[in-house]
Amino acid sequence: MVVSGVAATAPPIPPPFTSLDVERIRADFPILSETVRGGRRLVYLDNAATSQKPRQVIEAISRFYSGENANIHRGLHYLSERATAAYDAAREKVARFLGAGAPSEIVFTRGTTEAINLVAQSWGRSSLRPGDEVLATGMEHHANLVPWQVVCEQTGATFRAVPITDRGELDLEAFDRLLSDRTRLFAVGHVSNALGTVNPVRDLAARARARGALVLVDGAQSAPHMAVDVSELGCDFFACSGHKLFGPTGIGVLYGRQSILDAMPPWQTGGDMIERVTLERSTWAAPPARFEAGTPPIAEVMGLGAAIDYVESVGLDAIGQWESDLLSRATELVGALPGVRLVGTARAKAAMLSFVLDGVHPHDVGTVLDDEGIAVRAGHHCAQPVMQRFGLPATVRASFAFYNTPDEIEALVRGVERARKVFG
Amino acid sequence: MSSLTELYQNVILEHNRSPRNYRVMDDADRQAEGNNPLCGDQLTVWLKLEGDVISDVAFQGLGCAISRASASLMTAAVKGKSRREAEELFERFRGLVTGGPSPADSETLGKLAVFSGVSQYPTRVKCASLPWHTMKAALDGAERRKGGTAEV
Repeated sequence: MVVSGVAATAPPIPPPFTSLDVERIRADFPILSETVRGGRRLVYLDNAATSQKPRQVIEAISRFYSGENANIHRGLHYLSERATAAYDAAREKVARFLGAGAPSEIVFTRGTTEAINLVAQSWGRSSLRPGDEVLATGMEHHANLVPWQVVCEQTGATFRAVPITDRGELDLEAFDRLLSDRTRLFAVGHVSNALGTVNPVRDLAARARARGALVLVDGAQSAPHMAVDVSELGCDFFACSGHKLFGPTGIGVLYGRQSILDAMPPWQTGGDMIERVTLERSTWAAPPARFEAGTPPIAEVMGLGAAIDYVESVGLDAIGQWESDLLSRATELVGALPGVRLVGTARAKAAMLSFVLDGVHPHDVGTVLDDEGIAVRAGHHCAQPVMQRFGLPATVRASFAFYNTPDEIEALVRGVERARKVFG
Repeated sequence: MSSLTELYQNVILEHNRSPRNYRVMDDADRQAEGNNPLCGDQLTVWLKLEGDVISDVAFQGLGCAISRASASLMTAAVKGKSRREAEELFERFRGLVTGGPSPADSETLGKLAVFSGVSQYPTRVKCASLPWHTMKAALDGAERRKGGTAEV
């Protein structure tokens, strides 16, 4: 229905959902109007796996390849100079976005995984000795766990992990016990990808640094959903991924404290990371170039820059409020369904729900939801120790972004009820 | 029939609820563990052999409805079969869940034909075939308590 030239809008969303104009935002994400499984409207609740991209990001990548493509830091020609300037400008943007002291503290990587491996293999392999300890936690994604196990094996250092409580919070007493003068690095997720727990990183970092340990924060799940300021967090390293931040795949960020990066040896070597090469020996460029061997993903960096612009235009405060409203509504409605048990009930949580349905395997729940057009993750979420801690093979995880709506939560609720009926 | 109801046919739902031959077999001749690291499915298959014939078979484990029902229906299908017959059945079953149904299925596969819907869900093919891979690993394993492992 059209009334006096104004297009009819979707029915009003009941309060408290007031912090942003979700219909306008959804119009920026082309994929959200797609249908799946034979005409079902897509309900995308798998944002912790990867987020969708606004047209501003898609257009930035397309614009780069259509009219701006050239390699960086090499050519003297017009396009190369422009691409180099745009690449460097994106680095400045990321530095501002994360609260880094300078753009030279920002290293572009392929993603969070590569960023953590870089620290493990560069800093860890050159600094760790037998008797040293690396402390991680029992709720880490494999990406913040396996690289530390491997470098400990390579160097003779010892790997330890802080256990988690029944609510899915870190056991802080155990953390204090495990932290010692032997701890050289504490690796912790800002937000658990399997449980949604928001860890008190600022406090933990202060305690770890007081014992002389470096602190690495895996921010893959926090950077898309909350304002991050690395100086305020007090961490030495912070890693995140572009594709979870509404940007492209294949691009990630490592923030490293300047004095530490300066002292780290290269990990990968080749073009663009050297100072001088002779047939006898080579010397290294200063960071960040030292850690960016080879042609980087230039178009993806442009896309990441556009994603940060987009997120900032919506505003992280508004995003945080909207997602908090989504989490409250989802917790209330899904948590009340018969047979549903929420896994991860931390007091501070990001907008995701991990749950199991009594007597129904998470994969079967996932398939029924998929049949309704609802995309969730069912599995171990690359966090098998978390599943072992709760004695589960897998969970269903619905993870939200600021373009999700209360209607979509209701669709999820109907889908879970249907799964219970199918297998009941 | 929608693809979901084709996937979860009543026979599958019923075997998921009450799986056949779901027990530990203490006096098995062969045993193998199967696991799918992608989804965490785990199961153990036990076999008892009389000469070349599978005289008894049992399984236990954790898995989704597809893998549980597949294991259950597999035990019913291979009991009393020779090794070669069981392997041929596996080949036909694999063809069904990867390539989709063909007209001869109900004749050659019997009840196993209920897994025809799986081919529409590429991520679930491994769920359906894990019990069979594990049974094959048990058959191929040495004649001792631990036969082998299957990872798909």
